Order: sequence, then C-alpha cells, then structure tokens
Amino acid sequence: MGGFFKSSIGRKVAMALSAFFLMIFLLQHFAINILSVFNPDVFNEVSHFMGTSSIIQFVIQPILIFGVVFHFVMGFILEFKNLSSRKVKYIKNQSAANSSWMSRNMIWSGVAILAFIILHFIDFWFPEINTKFIKGDWSGLHEGVDGYRYFHELQENFLNPVRVGAYVVAFVFLALHLLHGFTSAFQSMGVTAGRKKTLQNIGIAYSIILPLGFIFIALYHHFNHH
Amino acid sequence: MNLTLKIWRQKNANAKGQMVDYKVTDISEHMSFLEMMDVLNEQLVNSGDDPVAFDHDCREGICGMCAMYINGQAHGPDRGVTTCQLHMRRFKDGETITIEPFRAVAFPVIKDLVVDRMSFERIQQAGGYISVNTSGNTQDANSIPISKHAADKAMDAATCIGCGACVAACKNSSAMLFVGAKVSQYALLPQGQIEAADRVLNMVAQMDLEGFGNCSNTGACEIECPKSISLDTIARMNRELMKASLK
Ligand code: HEM
Ligand code: SF4
Ligand code: FES
Repeated sequence: MGGFFKSSIGRKVAMALSAFFLMIFLLQHFAINILSVFNPDVFNEVSHFMGTSSIIQFVIQPILIFGVVFHFVMGFILEFKNLSSRKVKYIKNQSAANSSWMSRNMIWSGVAILAFIILHFIDFWFPEINTKFIKGDWSGLHEGVDGYRYFHELQENFLNPVRVGAYVVAFVFLALHLLHGFTSAFQSMGVTAGRKKTLQNIGIAYSIILPLGFIFIALYHHFNHH
Repeated sequence: MNLTLKIWRQKNANAKGQMVDYKVTDISEHMSFLEMMDVLNEQLVNSGDDPVAFDHDCREGICGMCAMYINGQAHGPDRGVTTCQLHMRRFKDGETITIEPFRAVAFPVIKDLVVDRMSFERIQQAGGYISVNTSGNTQDANSIPISKHAADKAMDAATCIGCGACVAACKNSSAMLFVGAKVSQYALLPQGQIEAADRVLNMVAQMDLEGFGNCSNTGACEIECPKSISLDTIARMNRELMKASLK
C-alpha cells in the first residue's frame, strides 16, 4: 500500500479522496450558513454547538484542517511534477481545441481558493481561536449583544464591501474548480463519470448552486444589516 | 497551394534547436501532409541543404510513427487521424503552418521532428504481454468463451498504435491514455487475468520512472488520439491499480 500512494495514480486517488471530503464538508458548512438567513437564533445555537463541542473542536476540526492542507499541498506536488514533465514548451499550442479552461487551470482556481481560505481564517477562525483558547472564553457571549455573539460577528464581517467582493470572486473560482473537479474526482476513482450523464448533471448542479448559495449569503448580510 | 512552413530544426539530441521558415509552392490539395513534407525535402536536397528529419513508415495510419505537432495540435487539426492521413485540403493557400516535434521529457528529440519514444516500449516490456505455453499444446484462444461486449471493448483498446499523440497533447505530458489502453486490452479478456496485478503495477511503475506527468482528466488525449481511445481506459487502469495494490 505504501508504494500505491507514491505512484502517479495513487496520488490522484489521494487527491480525489481529499476532494470528496472537502465537497462533503462544504455541503455541511453551507447548511449551517444558510440558517443565518432564515433563522439567526437557530444559526446561533448551531454555531455555539459547533464551536464548543469537543468532538468537533478536537477531532473533526483537526481532520478537516489536515484535509485542506493535504489537498493543496498534493495539488502543488502534482502541478510541479506535471510542469517538469515538459521542459521545452510548444511555440504554438492550441490547448483550447481539446480541453476546457477549467481543467487546465485547476492550480489557479485552487490558488484563488487558498487565498480565500487564508482571508476566511483571518476573519472568523483566528478570532474564534483567540477568544476560546487564548482568552479562555467559551461562553459564546459578547458585551452588548443579546444572546450568542456568532450572528452579530457574521454581520460585522459582511459590512465591508471589499471583503464581500473578495468572497464573491473566490466563490466564482470555487465554481470553476468544481466544474472540472467534481467529475474529475470520480474519474480518478475509476468511475467513468464523463460518460454517465446523471453524475455529470449532479456535478454541474453542485458546482453552480453551492457557490451561488454562499455568494447569496454574503450579499444578503451585506445588504440586510440590522 | 503556396505555403510558408515554420519548422523546428535541431541537429541532434544535444544541439539547441530553432524554428526555421521555408516556402513550398505548387502543393496539391490532394497530397497528404507527409507528401508535402517530401516535396519540401526534395527541394532542400536539390539545393544541397539537410532535409527535415521526420518519422514515418506505413503512411496509412497504422504504425503510429508520424509524430508532428502541427499548428498547435498533435497530428494537426483533424480528429481521429495521424499526420499521414491528414490532407493538404485542410489548409488554405498562403497559410503559415507551424510544425514542431512532440514535446515531453520522456520523448527527447533525436533530430528535427524525430523523437525517441522508446519509453513506450519499456512500458510495454514491463507488462504489456501475456505468457502463453507455446510448447505445442497451446490452447486455441477461440475455445475460451468471451462476451461480445468485453471483446469489443478489448478490441477498441487494442487499436492504440502507440503514436504518443496523447502525451504530446496533454498539458502534463501524461502517458495515461496509452498505458490505460494497454492495460485495458488485457484486463478485459480472460487471458489477461493471470498476470493482471503484476501487469498494472509494473507498467504504471515504469510509466512513472520514465518521467511522464500525472493525469488531470482534461480529456485532451482522447480528443487528439487518432484511434479515439476512450478516457474510460484510464478509469479502468485506476481501478486495476487499486485492486492490485489492495492484494
Ligand atoms: C485550498 C486550495 C486548493 C488548491 C490549491 C487546490 C488545488 C487543486 C489542484 C491543483 C487540483 C488538480 C489536481 C490534478 O490536476 O490532478 C485539484 C483538484 C480538485 N479539487 Fe482542489 N484545490 C483547493 C481547494 C479545493 C476545495 C475547497 C475543493 C472542494 C470543496 C476542491 C475540490 C477539488 C476537486 C473535486 C478536485 C478534483 C480531484 C481529481 O481530479 O481527482 N479543491 N485541486
Ligand atoms: S492512446 Fe491514442 S494517442 Fe495515445 S499512443 Fe495510443 S493511439 Fe496514440
Ligand atoms: S506513417 Fe504510419 S501512422 Fe502515419
């Protein structure tokens, strides 16, 4: 098995597995975020549970961080290997004639997502860690805020139009990443997704609806601040 | 037709190459691309110049030798053909045509447009065969029942001519379509089962050793392949490798 993950195909399988994990995580993340639009109280409750449950904080969260780091580090390793497999480039190359822009630029859509993840960590994750682990405040409360602080903090973050703009752009890149990535991950796992119309359609739906949903949430809070 | 050709010239494997412009005149649109190259070479020989080295053999799309990257595409703009099957009527009078060798670390240039594709041979040697007892009591292959479906798919995979267009077209110089085809043609048949695990492990290991890139599933290979080998062969190879690694 050790040799498997050193082989080119083994690495692709590992890449696809980490990608599946991220795609499932993203669904869960969306399900919680959308609550902030429909019911801030429930959103607060769920956020408090997620933020203070020890299984989630100490088991699920490290796995998730590992998954993200693994995925982009492996992405860079594969990209490096791929670039070094052709030292002399073509003078004239018509790659658009045989492949999609998305499929050829996974590394760039990925880098855009990575930039977003860093911004997202600065916005939400570092303050959380600071409050809970440095200050030791696990109450979920904040001075001058009724009930839990999570909804309040979310609204604060979406005041800045530049940040909202960055979120929107990042999710467009996520959509581009997934428009190729979804079926590609199945193909890597040995499922001939390209041929199976249903899988392809689910892929397109997932890749467009989910990022659009995240964009909607960001815009909603930007324009509905109270 | 009158054409301007921009061709990669490189004296030998170690020389630094460059693009050189040539003019050819009175090219018939019924000529194949290689016949047009013959006209150019005759012209060069008559003027005492070194003819452009290019690979070719069958000139009917079955040997896979005629590697050329024409106007930014492996084997030129047509689908499902090799360079020898490409006709000049596909081009316009007065056009400038760019001709480069297939580019990949695993396909080093030997001279001009000729590249060394021995890496493919070494991958084949690593497992692209079945062991049959030939001591006189060989079983007739037709005596083993094979489903029509499997036989058709194996035959489709076996049409790969090892031309390397998949590698040339791939942004990663990946050889997965070639190796996928070679693994598939045996994986689908009963005769291929006995050595199935070793075959896929050894062929993939050799492929990696040769310096081919990874697969990003862009699908460029399938489109540029003169035999339209399906991406499904790569998925099958991935399944075979997972199966073999779990053993
Ligand atoms: C953190 C920044 C990210 C980077 C740098 C990145 C990079 C990459 C790269 C380079 C590939 C292509 C690998 C190849 O060509 O073989 C890839 C594939 C993929 N990525 Fe990402 N990615 C990132 C985040 C994400 C996220 C957040 C998701 C999903 C929620 C995701 C989903 C996928 C999928 C589904 C694939 C296809 C896997 C396959 O082809 O087997 N990526 N990523
Ligand atoms: S898979 Fe197609 S493009 Fe690749 S070597 Fe075989 S015939 Fe040529
Ligand atoms: S010369 Fe044989 S395939 Fe073109």
